[in-house]
Amino acid sequence: MISYQLSIFAENKPGRLAAVTRVLAKEKINIRATTISTSDTFGVIHLIVDDPARAEDALTKAGMTVSLSRVLAVVIPDQPGGLDRLTQLLLTENVNINNAYGFVLEGHRKAVFVVSVDQIEKAEALLEKNGFQTLDAEALSAIEPFHYMKY
Amino acid sequence: MYWEKEIETMDREQLERLQAVRLRETLERAKKSVHYGKRFAEMGLDIGGIRTDADVEKLPLTTKDDLRENWPYGFLACSRDELIRMHSSSGTTGRATVIFHTTRDIGAWTNLLARCMYMAGMRRSDVFQNMMTYGLFTGGLGFHYGAEKIGALVIPAGAGNSKRQIQLMRDFETTAIHIIPSYALHLSTVFTEVGVDPRRDTKLRLAFLGAEPHSEKMRRKIEDLYGFRAFNSYGLSEMNGPGMAFECPEQDGMHIWEDNYIVEIIDPMTLKPVPDGEEGELVTTTLLREGMPILRYRTMDLTRIIPGPCPCGRTHRRIERIKGRTDDMMILKGVNIFPIQIEKKLMEIPGVGTNFVIILDRADYNDSMTVKVEVQKEFFGGDLRQLEALRRRIVEELKSDILITPRVDLVEPDSLPQSEGKAKRVIDNRKD
Ligand SMILES: [Zn+2]
Repeated sequence: MISYQLSIFAENKPGRLAAVTRVLAKEKINIRATTISTSDTFGVIHLIVDDPARAEDALTKAGMTVSLSRVLAVVIPDQPGGLDRLTQLLLTENVNINNAYGFVLEGHRKAVFVVSVDQIEKAEALLEKNGFQTLDAEALSAIEPFHYMKY
Repeated sequence: MYWEKEIETMDREQLERLQAVRLRETLERAKKSVHYGKRFAEMGLDIGGIRTDADVEKLPLTTKDDLRENWPYGFLACSRDELIRMHSSSGTTGRATVIFHTTRDIGAWTNLLARCMYMAGMRRSDVFQNMMTYGLFTGGLGFHYGAEKIGALVIPAGAGNSKRQIQLMRDFETTAIHIIPSYALHLSTVFTEVGVDPRRDTKLRLAFLGAEPHSEKMRRKIEDLYGFRAFNSYGLSEMNGPGMAFECPEQDGMHIWEDNYIVEIIDPMTLKPVPDGEEGELVTTTLLREGMPILRYRTMDLTRIIPGPCPCGRTHRRIERIKGRTDDMMILKGVNIFPIQIEKKLMEIPGVGTNFVIILDRADYNDSMTVKVEVQKEFFGGDLRQLEALRRRIVEELKSDILITPRVDLVEPDSLPQSEGKAKRVIDNRKD
């Protein structure tokens, strides 16, 4: 299953994340996970939301530079070695991870890991063959995140 | 006290007669060049009708674009066999303006530099360290030849390598230097770093500050840091380079050598001459250049003639420090940079948006350039590494073109002022 991640280009200055969340709140779009990667003076805000297409639209209308990309949301048992199995698998098949972050599911002993990779179809097939569960956008929007962890 | 007393103190009337004679010779030579041959014919100009230096207004103005369009040989007034040297304007690529010199041209230019340095007080007993880039840039070889002509011991140190510069000064007891003012400020911090006091531990007594406009305050600061007297030098490669105008011991304006140049100040809008004392654009005509005479060259530099005689006794008029430019040229670490160069380079790079801003700063006596560049909306793929790669590419591409490593910041699309209209592309925060 393939899911969607929103990425927003943002200069490192106060209020950029707040501006993003304000737009989404107004549109009643729920944020499932967020992570920010930064360089010196600029960065990229990554979001998992319950309605990616509508969120992209709203943020673009608000003048932001947005990119919607396909990611894999992989369910991982919340126990030692869970994440390692995933990354080792991708490594042996030469799939590059561009970005990854995750959150633990409330009430489950499970975590969802969002991975952005360079060969998404290959990675998806690989994961399914090896028994990993991946969530689509709908399934992802239905879950309640507990807390985030950064890769 | 004078290198050539007769010429330097010649009365105005006689000087103007000399100019008129040399102007006619210049026109005869200029006519042989492709560019002026064509221009004179188009204008129906009768060279015989140019009798006094006041007639100079009838001559066509020449711009940097003319030089570029006639690149490389369209201004030559002699055969290529007679040329012995070429120089080029600094910091530009592609069709940089190229100037050619004959043996006599180099001789005349060398003499002017000797005249300037002698006027400021340099003698054959001096040890002169030339801390300018040698090569296509005129500041290196120009001063080098002039100092040798005076008979000083010349250390051709070249630019950069601050610790070695200081070592040379100490080992060979340098008394005079030629240096870019912003570098002089920077070098003083290196002196502190290595624990050498330029006032106490060196024999420095004279400095020639060139290649970069600077304020009176900055000069005083440099003099104070080093304990020497610093003299302002003006010139541009199209007019030979340094040696064109220089300060005398009065340090009140630069004598511009009117036996070698006809000097005009024009209103850059109307292109009409303004009276002495009024500010405008400096326009000069070469009077002794054989290989590549240039008439009424628009320097784009803003200044004014200081009216009245100079107490030093020289009759050649003085120009004030350069106040600015009529175009948008920037000078950074002695390198001339036009915003259009940066714009051209940026627009060739995929992923770059429409607008950019150049910010010039000075910190710890070091000048730096920051270029804020908008990212193209469509280029953004959500990946930070892609942006980092773009940023690095912009730095590399600009560095190869302007010879200075800028800091590059990527900013959001449409966050900078629009490039159309009169947007301010350059923000100069440098104070003295
Ligand atoms: Zn004087």
